Amino acid sequence: MTQKSPYPYWFFLPAAVIFLGLFIVPTVASFYFSLTYWDPFEARFAGWDNYVQFFSEPFLIRGTLNTLFFAFVTSVLKTILGLLLAVLLTSGIFGQSFLRSVVFFPVLVSTIGVGILFQELMHPTEGAINVALAAIGIDGPGWLTNPSLALFSVALVDVWRGVGLATLIYIAGLSTIPNDYYEAARIDGATRWQLFWRVTVPLVWPATTTVIILSLIGGLRLFDLVWAMTRGGPGFSSDVLASVIYKQYQAGFWGLSTAGNVILFLLIALIVAPLAWWLNSKELDA
Amino acid sequence: MRRGQLFGGIAALAIATVVFILPFLFVFLNAAKSPSEASQPSFAWPSEWQFWQNLVDVVQVRDYALLLAYFNSIVITVGAIALLVIFAAMVGYVLQRRPSRVSRVVGFVALTGLMIPPAVVPTIWLLQEIGLFKTLHGMVLIQVAYGLSFCILLFRAFVASIPRDLDEAAIVDGATPLQVFFRVILPLLKPVTLTVIVVQSITIFNDFTHPLYYLPGSENITVQLTLYNFQSQFTSQLNLLFMNILLITIPPLLVFIFFNRQIVSGMTSGAVKG
Amino acid sequence: MKARFTSLTAMALALGATGVSAQELSILIDNTPASSGAFTALTEAYTAKNPDVTFDIEVRPGGGEGDNIVKTRLATGEMTDIFSYNSGSLFQALRPSRTLVPINDIPNLDNLNESFLQTVADGDGNYYGVPYEAAMGGGILYHVPTYEELGLEVPQTWDEFMANNAAIAEQTDKAPVIQTYRDTWTSQLFVLADYYNVQSQEPGFADAYTANEAKYATTPAAQAGFARLQEVYEAGYLNEDFGAANFDDGVRMVATGEGVHYPMLTFSLANIEQNYPDLIDDVGFFAQPGESVDANGLTIWLPAAAYIPQTSENVEAAKDFLNFMASSEGCAAIVSANGATGPMLVEGCELPDSVPRAVSDMLPYFNEEGRTAPALEFLSPVKGPALEQLTVEVGSGIRDAQSAAELYDADVTKQARQLGLPNW
Repeated sequence: MTQKSPYPYWFFLPAAVIFLGLFIVPTVASFYFSLTYWDPFEARFAGWDNYVQFFSEPFLIRGTLNTLFFAFVTSVLKTILGLLLAVLLTSGIFGQSFLRSVVFFPVLVSTIGVGILFQELMHPTEGAINVALAAIGIDGPGWLTNPSLALFSVALVDVWRGVGLATLIYIAGLSTIPNDYYEAARIDGATRWQLFWRVTVPLVWPATTTVIILSLIGGLRLFDLVWAMTRGGPGFSSDVLASVIYKQYQAGFWGLSTAGNVILFLLIALIVAPLAWWLNSKELDA
Repeated sequence: MRRGQLFGGIAALAIATVVFILPFLFVFLNAAKSPSEASQPSFAWPSEWQFWQNLVDVVQVRDYALLLAYFNSIVITVGAIALLVIFAAMVGYVLQRRPSRVSRVVGFVALTGLMIPPAVVPTIWLLQEIGLFKTLHGMVLIQVAYGLSFCILLFRAFVASIPRDLDEAAIVDGATPLQVFFRVILPLLKPVTLTVIVVQSITIFNDFTHPLYYLPGSENITVQLTLYNFQSQFTSQLNLLFMNILLITIPPLLVFIFFNRQIVSGMTSGAVKG
Repeated sequence: MKARFTSLTAMALALGATGVSAQELSILIDNTPASSGAFTALTEAYTAKNPDVTFDIEVRPGGGEGDNIVKTRLATGEMTDIFSYNSGSLFQALRPSRTLVPINDIPNLDNLNESFLQTVADGDGNYYGVPYEAAMGGGILYHVPTYEELGLEVPQTWDEFMANNAAIAEQTDKAPVIQTYRDTWTSQLFVLADYYNVQSQEPGFADAYTANEAKYATTPAAQAGFARLQEVYEAGYLNEDFGAANFDDGVRMVATGEGVHYPMLTFSLANIEQNYPDLIDDVGFFAQPGESVDANGLTIWLPAAAYIPQTSENVEAAKDFLNFMASSEGCAAIVSANGATGPMLVEGCELPDSVPRAVSDMLPYFNEEGRTAPALEFLSPVKGPALEQLTVEVGSGIRDAQSAAELYDADVTKQARQLGLPNW
C-alpha cells in the first residue's frame, strides 16, 4: 500500500500493549508455570506432576465435577426462568416496568454482599428461611451445612442474583419478534402453548444462545459467591475450580494453582466453543 | 388492561416482593439494630432504631478503612474507565472501518478475552516483575485489560451505525486520523460511551476477585474487600456488617436509578444480532 | 544548594561521631490484638531507653493471605526491617537460611527457652527468631460450673472424657462438645492437640514422619485423633448448629455454659476475657486425654516470633531490638500489655500472681518434666493445607477417620513435594 490508510493500525497499539502484556502474556506463561513447582522463592521444573496431582487428588477432581454441575444447573435454571419471566414481563401485566427493575436489581449488587446476606438467611437453626419454613411446619434443611445440599444452595443464590440479566436479554430478544408472526399463528388457530413453542422459542433463539453462553462462562469461572458463602465447604463439598485455584495459591503451591487455571481454561474452551458453534448453527436452521 | 393482566400482575408483584425485595429489607432492618438484636438476624422490627449510630460506627472501623476503600475503589474505577473508553473506542473504530486480515485477527484475540479466565498467579508474578503489584495504577491497568474485550465489541457495533461520509469528509478536509477520531467520531459515540461507562463502573466497583489477588494490603483495600474482611471481624456485630452491605450497595443503586436505559442496552447488546 | 549539602554532611558526621543516629525501624505484624498490643508495648519501652530509634508498625492480615504476603515480600526484597511470623513448619517454609539474618550473636539468646529455639532454627545451628507471646496449650476448655453442678472430675483418659460427655448429655440440655465449622480451622483441634498422646506411644513419630516413613493412616496412635473426632460426632455430642457456628459462638458457648467442652488453643482466653470478663473464671482447661492415666500431658504451641530479613538495611539496630525482646525487661512489657495467657519462654520473665483460671489449670503441665510435647507442626516441616477441611468432614459425619487419615497423608505428600523436601 502506498497511501497511508486514514484508519491506521497503530490505533490498536495502546489497547494491545495492555491486553497482551497483562492478559495474553500471563496466559501463555501459565502453560509453562503449570509445569513447575513454584512458590514465591523459586520455580523448579516438575514435568506433568501438577496435572497428575490434580487428577489423583479426590478433592481436586471433586472441584472439577462441582464446577461442571454448578455451571450446568445455573445455566439451565437461568435460561428457563429467564425466558418465562421475560414472557411474563412483556405481556403487559400490571406493574410491569417496576417488576423488571426489581428482578434486575440483584445483578448490580455486590456479590460478596449477596453471599453474606444469604449465609445469614440460610443459617440452619436461626436463619429466616428455616424459621419461615418451621412456621408452616416444615423442618428446613442445613442449606449450607449439609454437604449434599451446599453447592446446590449456592447455585440457587447464583440464579437469584443472575436471572435478572437473562430476563433482560430475553426481553430484548422478544421485542424483535414481529407481531405478525403471532397474528398469523393465531389465525391458524394455534393455542397459547403452541404459540410459545412454535413461535416464541424458535424466534428468540439468538437470545437463548447468548444466555446459555454467558451463564456457562460465568458458572464455570464462578469464585466470589462460593467463597463468600461456604469457602468451598463443608469439607470440599462446594469447592469449584476457581476456589481450588485460590486455595492452592494461598497454600503457596503456585504451580499447582496455575495448573488448575490451565484446566479451567481448557474446560471452558472445550465446552463453550463447540457449544457456541452448535447453538449458532441451530439458529440458522430455525 | 384486562382483568387477567391485573390479577396476574398483582400475583407477580407479591412473589417478586418475597423473592427479590424481602432480602434487601432484611439487610436494611438488621443494619439499624443494636449488636445484640442483630446477633440473630431476623425480619423483626428493630426495637430501637440506631441507624445513624451504626453508620458512624462502621465508617470508623479500622481507622476509617471504609472511607479509604471508597477512595481507592473510585480511583480505580475512574482511572480504568477513562483508559477503557479511549483505547477501546480507538480499536472498535478501526476494526469496523478497516476490514482486513489484521483486523480479523485482532477481533478474534479480543473475543478470547470474554471467555478465557485470567491466569492469576502468573499475572501476579508479572506485576511483581514490573513493579505494579499492590499498586492502584497496576489495578487500573488490570481492569482495563479485563474490560477491553467487552468495550471493543460495543464500540465496534456502534461505529457501524455512523455514516462513513462523516469521516471521509473530514479526511478530504485534510484532518489527520487522530483529528478525525477525536473531533468527529468520539463525540458521535456519546450514547455507547455512556453505556460503557455505566456498565463497566458497576463491574469494576463490584469486583472482588481481582483486588483480592492483585491488591493485598490494608492501605489498598477496596469496598468489596472491606466487606470480606469485616465478615470475619464482625461476627459479633452483624448490624455493622449489614450496614456495610447497605453502604456499598448505594452507588450501584444510584447508577441504576439514573442510568437504567444505558444498563439495559449495554447488558443486552449481545442478544440482538447487529 | 551547595551550602545545604555541606550542612547535611556536617550533621551526618556529627551524629556519626557521637555514635547515635536517628533511625526508624519498620515492623510488619499480623492483625491480632495480641500482636499489636505486644509490639506497641515493646517499641514504646525500647524508644524510652533509646530515644533515637523510632518505629513504623505496619499491620497485615492473618491466615493464608498473610502467609502469602510475608513470603512475597521476602522473595521480592520488600520486607520491613523486622516482621512477625509463626515458628515451626510455617517458619521453615520461609527458607530461613536464604532469606533471614541469624541472631546467634545477640547477648540475650541464652535467655530463650531451648525447645522454642528449635522451632526457629535451620539445620545448621543458626537461630532466627525471638518470641513475643506466651506458649499456648491445645486442649479442652470446659465450663466449670457445669462440672461442679454434675459433680464431674477433670478426665485423665479419653474414656473418662466420654463418660463425662455422656453424663452431660443425660442430665442437661447443654451440648457436651462444641464444634464451630464456619471457622474451619477450629475443627483441627482434636487431631492436633492429640499429639502428646501420639508421642507418648510412638516417640519417634515426628522424625519418621518427616522422613516419609510414618503415616497417619498406618500409625494407629496418630490416627486416633481423627477417630476421636468421629466418635464424638457419632455419639451425637455436638451442638446443633456446629456446621454454621463460628469461633466467636464457640467462645460464647463455653463461657456461658451453652456447651461444656470446647477443644481449643488457650489464646482464645483473651477473647473470653474481652467479651465475657465476668465469666473468665467459669472456664477451665485440661489437656486432651489419651489412653492411660500414666501418660497424661499437654500438647503445646510454641509462640510466634520476630525475625530480621536479609534485605533489611538496619540489621544491627534490628538485632538490638530483638535482643531487647529477649530480655526480662522486654518480656515484662509484653505481659503488662497483654496479661498472662501462658508461660513466657524468656528466662526471668515472671507471670503476675493472679491469672485466669484456665491459665492456672495449664501451668502445672509446664512445671513438670515430660508433661508437655510440642505440636507436630513444631517438630516437622511437613503439614498439609487440607487438614481443616478433612476434620470438618470427619466431624460432620461426611467421612470416616480411616479415609480422612489416608487423604491427609496424600495432602501432606503434595505439600512435601511442592516444598521439595528430601525423601518425598
